Amino acid sequence: MSDLPLRSQLAVALGRTAAKMSRLAGRGDGSVIGGRIGLRLDPELLTRLAKDRKLVLVSATNGKTTTTRLITSAMTPLGEVATNAFGANMPTGHVSALASAPGAHYGVLECDEKYVPMVLRETGANVVALMNLSRDQMDRAAEIWLLAGKWRRALEASPQSHVIANCDDPLVTWGASTAKSVTWVAAGQHWREDSWCCPECGGPLDRRDTEEDSDWACRQCHFRRPRPDWTLKGDQITDPQGRVFPLTGLSLPGRANRSNALVALAVVAQFGVPPEQALPLLAQVTSVAGRYTTVEHQGRTMRLLLSKNPAGWLEAFDVLQPAPGPVALSINAQGPDGRDTSWLWDVDYRILRGRPVWVTGERRVDLAARLEAAEVSFTVVDDIDQAVMSVPPGHLDIIANYTAFQSIRTRYGRVV
Amino acid sequence: MSSDRIKIVWIYPDLLSTYGDQGNTIVLERRAALRGIPTQTVSLRSDEPVPADGDIYLLGGGEDRPQILAAQRLRGDGGLARAVQSGAVVFAVCAGYQLLGHEFGGEEGQPVQGLGLLDIRSTRGEQRAVGEIVGDVAAELNVPRITGFENHQGVTHLGPNARPFAQVVHGVGNGDGFEGAYRGRVLGTYMHGPALVRNPGLADLLLRWAVGRDLQPIDDSWAGRLREERLNAVMG
Repeated sequence: MSDLPLRSQLAVALGRTAAKMSRLAGRGDGSVIGGRIGLRLDPELLTRLAKDRKLVLVSATNGKTTTTRLITSAMTPLGEVATNAFGANMPTGHVSALASAPGAHYGVLECDEKYVPMVLRETGANVVALMNLSRDQMDRAAEIWLLAGKWRRALEASPQSHVIANCDDPLVTWGASTAKSVTWVAAGQHWREDSWCCPECGGPLDRRDTEEDSDWACRQCHFRRPRPDWTLKGDQITDPQGRVFPLTGLSLPGRANRSNALVALAVVAQFGVPPEQALPLLAQVTSVAGRYTTVEHQGRTMRLLLSKNPAGWLEAFDVLQPAPGPVALSINAQGPDGRDTSWLWDVDYRILRGRPVWVTGERRVDLAARLEAAEVSFTVVDDIDQAVMSVPPGHLDIIANYTAFQSIRTRYGRVV
Repeated sequence: MSSDRIKIVWIYPDLLSTYGDQGNTIVLERRAALRGIPTQTVSLRSDEPVPADGDIYLLGGGEDRPQILAAQRLRGDGGLARAVQSGAVVFAVCAGYQLLGHEFGGEEGQPVQGLGLLDIRSTRGEQRAVGEIVGDVAAELNVPRITGFENHQGVTHLGPNARPFAQVVHGVGNGDGFEGAYRGRVLGTYMHGPALVRNPGLADLLLRWAVGRDLQPIDDSWAGRLREERLNAVMG
C-alpha cells in the first residue's frame, strides 16, 4: 500500500469511506460505490493495486461466486487472500477487494465474463480459471461465441497468465486455447444446447459419452477435446501426476459443486497447495452469499437455491430433495435478472412432475404458462410466505432467480 | 396436411435456438393435441437434410455467426424452398426471420445472402432494439393484438411482394413502424417471448393454415392472463 502514489492512496481512502457510508445506509456491502470513487480519482488504480500480487481471475456463466469462494478457502495456507466474496465482479468490485486487503500477497477475483479481457490487461493476473459458457440474460449479456472470441484475443496478449480451463465445454476450450499455457480440467458439462457446433469452424460436434469419460470432436476440422490433466470420475479425482484422491466431505451439494471443487484444486495446485491440503479447506465452505443456505421458519426447513439461466436450473434440479419433496419457484425480471423471460422455455420442467410445486415472483404468470405446457401441476401464490405456510412442516426447496432470491433472503434473514 | 397428423420441423436448433424458441414448438404440439390432432416434431440438426414433407417449419433466433451458417446450409440444402413451393407453413423469428429474406447484415454489417423466401432485406441498425413489443396485426390475418419481446439490431425493409405482419404500437420491429412480414403462409417476426406462447391466436393461425380448417376453442386462461399482463405492463 505504502508503495502507491499519493493520488492512489487518496483514491483508496475516499473509496473506503464511501463504501463504509453505503454499508451504514444499508445499501449492500458498498464495494461497488467504493471502487467507483477510487477509479474515478485514479483510473490506473486497479493496475497499481494488482502490482506485486499473485492474482487469480475466475470467470464462467455459472459457478463464479462459488468457485471464487472455494479457491479463496483453499489458498488460506499461503497467507492473507484478497477477494470479492460478494459477487461484485466488475473492476469497481476488484478495486474494493484489493484496496481492503492491502497486505494480501494473493488475490482471488471473480470476474464478469465480459470484463475478462480488460481485467486481464490491467492486472496481468497469474492464473485465469474459465469454467463454462451458456446462454444467460440475453437482453443485456454478450453473445457467447463473441465472448469466447474476445477471451482468445485477451489470452494471446497475456502470455504470462496460466489458464485453468474446463475442457468438457467446447466453447470454453476454444476461448482458452490461445493461452500460452493451459491446465485442462474435465469439469463436466450438462447443459449442451449451446455447444452443438464447432466454435472453430461451425461444423457439427460429435459427442461420445461413456461412464468413464465424455469426449467430443469436430467432424470437419482438427478441433477436439484436449487431453485432461485433472479428471473427476464419481468421487475420484486424478491429478496431473496420476495421483488419486477421494472428493468426499464437500459441504456444498450437487455435481456442479464437485466440478467447481475440481477447478479450485487445479488452481491452488498452481500455487503449490496440494489436493490433500486443499480438500479439507474446500469442505469448510458451507454456503456462498446465501446460496445453498438452509433457513428455519415456522417449522419449515428451507433450502435456498439460486438459478439464473437454463444451465443453472439443470444444476438446481440436481440437488433437490427426492420427489415428492415440495418445491417453490420464484421468478422476477428486473434488470439484474434479465427483463426477457423467454429462457423459461429452455428449461425442462417436466422433472418437477409429481411434486407439490408453488409458483411466485413478479413473473409468476410466465412461469405458470410454462409449467402448464410442461404438464406440471402447480399452485400460484402472491408471495413466498404463502408458499412456505402452505407446505406441511418439514423440508422445502426454493429455487429463485437473482432479485427473487435476494428478496427471499432478506425476508428470512441474510445468512451468509 | 399430408396425413392425419401435423408434421412440425424445427429447423436447426443447434444454430437457431437462442430465445426459448423451443416454446413455439411446445405450444403448437400442445394446442394441436388439445384438439385431438396428433403431431410429429422433428428437431433437425444443421448437418441433416431438410425433409420436404413438413407441414409447419419453425426457425428461431441466433447469434451472428450461427445465423450465417444456417443461411449457408439452408441455401445449399434447398429443402425449405421446395417445401414453401408446395404450400408449407413457415414461422421464423428474429435471426430466422432475417435469413428468409434476400440478404441480411453479418457480424461486421457485411451483406450475407439469404434464402429469398420473403421479399425483405435486412441491414444492421445503429442501435440494438431491446424490450417489449406490441403490434396490431394485418386485418386479413384475423389475429388479435400481439405481444412479444424483441432483442435485435436489424432494420428490415419490405419489398413489394411482402406485407407487414403488424403495425407497431410499442417497440421497434422492422424499424419503419411495422413489425414482421408475410407472404402466403411464410411469416417472419422479430418477436420472441416466445411469440406463440404469448399469442395463442397466432399459434392457431399457423395450425389453421396447416390443417386447412377452423379449430375449436380451448382453455387459454394462463396464456390469456400472460397476454393481458404483458400488454398492461407496456400500455398501462
